[in-house]
Amino acid sequence: MSKAVIEHSVASETFNKDEPYVDWHDETLWFVRQKRDKSSKLLPEWEQLREVASGIKNYVLSHMDDLLIAFENKAKENGVHVHWAADAAEHNEIVLNLLRQNNIDKMVKSKSMLTEECHMNEFLSKNGIEVIDTDLGERIVQLRNEPPSHIVLPAIHLKKKDIGDLFHEHLGTEAGATDPQYLTEAARQHLRDKFLTRRAALTGVNFAIAETGGFVVSTNEGNADMGAHLADIHIASMGFEKIIPTQKDLAVFLRLLARSATGQPITTYSSHFKKPREGQEMHMIIVDNGRTTQLGRADFRNSLKCIRCGACMNTCPVYRRSGGHSYHNAVAGPIGSILAPNLDMTKNADLPFASTLCGSCSNVCPVKIDIHDQLYKWRQVLVKGGHVPQAKEIGIKAMSVVLSQPRFYQWSGRLGRSLMRTIPFVVNNGMNPWFKQREMPEPPKESFRDWYIRNRKE
Amino acid sequence: MTSRERILQQIKLNKPAETQLPEITRFDSLYENTEEKFIETLTAVYTEVIVVKDYTALTQKADELYASVVNRATTIPALANWADFSLNNPDPHALELIEIAILHAEFGVAENGAIWISDAHLSHRALPFITQNLAFVIPRHALVNNMHDAYERLTETTGWGCFISGPSKTADIEQSLVIGAHGARSLVIFLLEEA
Repeated sequence: MSKAVIEHSVASETFNKDEPYVDWHDETLWFVRQKRDKSSKLLPEWEQLREVASGIKNYVLSHMDDLLIAFENKAKENGVHVHWAADAAEHNEIVLNLLRQNNIDKMVKSKSMLTEECHMNEFLSKNGIEVIDTDLGERIVQLRNEPPSHIVLPAIHLKKKDIGDLFHEHLGTEAGATDPQYLTEAARQHLRDKFLTRRAALTGVNFAIAETGGFVVSTNEGNADMGAHLADIHIASMGFEKIIPTQKDLAVFLRLLARSATGQPITTYSSHFKKPREGQEMHMIIVDNGRTTQLGRADFRNSLKCIRCGACMNTCPVYRRSGGHSYHNAVAGPIGSILAPNLDMTKNADLPFASTLCGSCSNVCPVKIDIHDQLYKWRQVLVKGGHVPQAKEIGIKAMSVVLSQPRFYQWSGRLGRSLMRTIPFVVNNGMNPWFKQREMPEPPKESFRDWYIRNRKE
Repeated sequence: MTSRERILQQIKLNKPAETQLPEITRFDSLYENTEEKFIETLTAVYTEVIVVKDYTALTQKADELYASVVNRATTIPALANWADFSLNNPDPHALELIEIAILHAEFGVAENGAIWISDAHLSHRALPFITQNLAFVIPRHALVNNMHDAYERLTETTGWGCFISGPSKTADIEQSLVIGAHGARSLVIFLLEEA
């Protein structure tokens, strides 16, 4: 399913053209990261909680089949219909069939990154089904015909003026209005009408509990509950890695999730679904779509521990300055960059390179995924597999020649420093990617090696 | 082979070597005063906490707070006369007109201000979401410190239940916090002493 995508570095260049905008984007996400820091520091046991969460998720990876079977049995006992989908296409077909069987052509949906991964909305719309995203941020990007740019904050790339213009066009708000209170109220009225008239609701799943057959959906807006409790049919879609062993494990994960995501102690709503209400149908679709393959990759299986908090994006210096859309994948940022190559190595070969490997992502991850190590390891796999453009490969080979020969390295360094001093335009020009969006530094007179040799002699 | 069989078979082949669950999975939160922490947390999420002595005091307070409001619903028998909206209609869509619902809930959590409400005390699951304004009544002594304590209490769960902490909110427009996204625009918690 390879299709032409714009590489991360190229898309970032476009994103970086408007400097004040990039600064704003950067600062907004950093502010969210700071809220996470403040909130996590209020819990003395924070680091232990991360350790426990990671331990539970490791257990889940190694008992995945047993836990899923236990979950399925319990869910069926509870009156929930359980479906299994090997890939995105099968998932989408299951949803379409459920809707057709019930003569439904309009559905509300709360946040589900899985349905983004499966491109479900496009598929259903081609088959005559209207899907309305009900999370405010998701509704905004849906009206713009865009995917979300962040898994927790879908419209974080937009200014309120953009949203004001959009709502003026689609929801009939006053021209030029930018007050968030006013715009949110307009969306509330618009979406209430949808909640009240739609007979099917699809939600994502944050956690599914093997012990009880239940599942938890977290939102701040209340849109998952508004949809599910008013609809005749509730469809919940989940990647199979969302399973956890017992209900009490939720304590660990719910304590970590919102604090890591936005700094809140918990989301406004943590809804625990177990049985359909009287007269309602409840369906659970368990999706693979490449997850079994990822589970088999020893270096990358830890990515399946992710609880989708988005902390790695908020802290990432590359994400903050390149925006979610530059990643051309349903999940952007550091975690997206280790999930995406599993889905399509050719299409997503650029993503593990969209990182400084600074390690900040791994430091904030609530389930201790070794994200930056995996980014580094994906690079090796992708280059070896021939998925990396030749220019990059030649560059890496040239570096390897220089770095493996000390004398050649010393000579190149001297040459570079003297060129930067005497004819700076050789490096200070648009041809040099390091010159883009930044000034080149003043070249030092001598290398550290020269300095060290000189000073040791003295 | 069905997708179910294929997925389970692939998992069996590909899963890593067995690891065990961590030994310690719970932590204690040592608050000096659980109720104070509970109130402090809820105040930060725009929720008022009111202590009332008994159902008479609750009724008085409810009259006072929602004096001019019509379409008042409740699940609390002592407030039956205060309410003017019947919950007997089984269709949840009919609840759309409700302006204020005062509901019986089970307990609260100090660390995050979450209130547990479930099918056990609710005629319609949609009620706490569809009402324009929401109030919960919980026994004053029904407060726990943190989520570990909360799940120890929740050994038996019904068909559906929810932790609710504060009114519905969103910050999807330039990170500006707006109260009242899709659910309740306001939340009040009554702590009932004689319950």
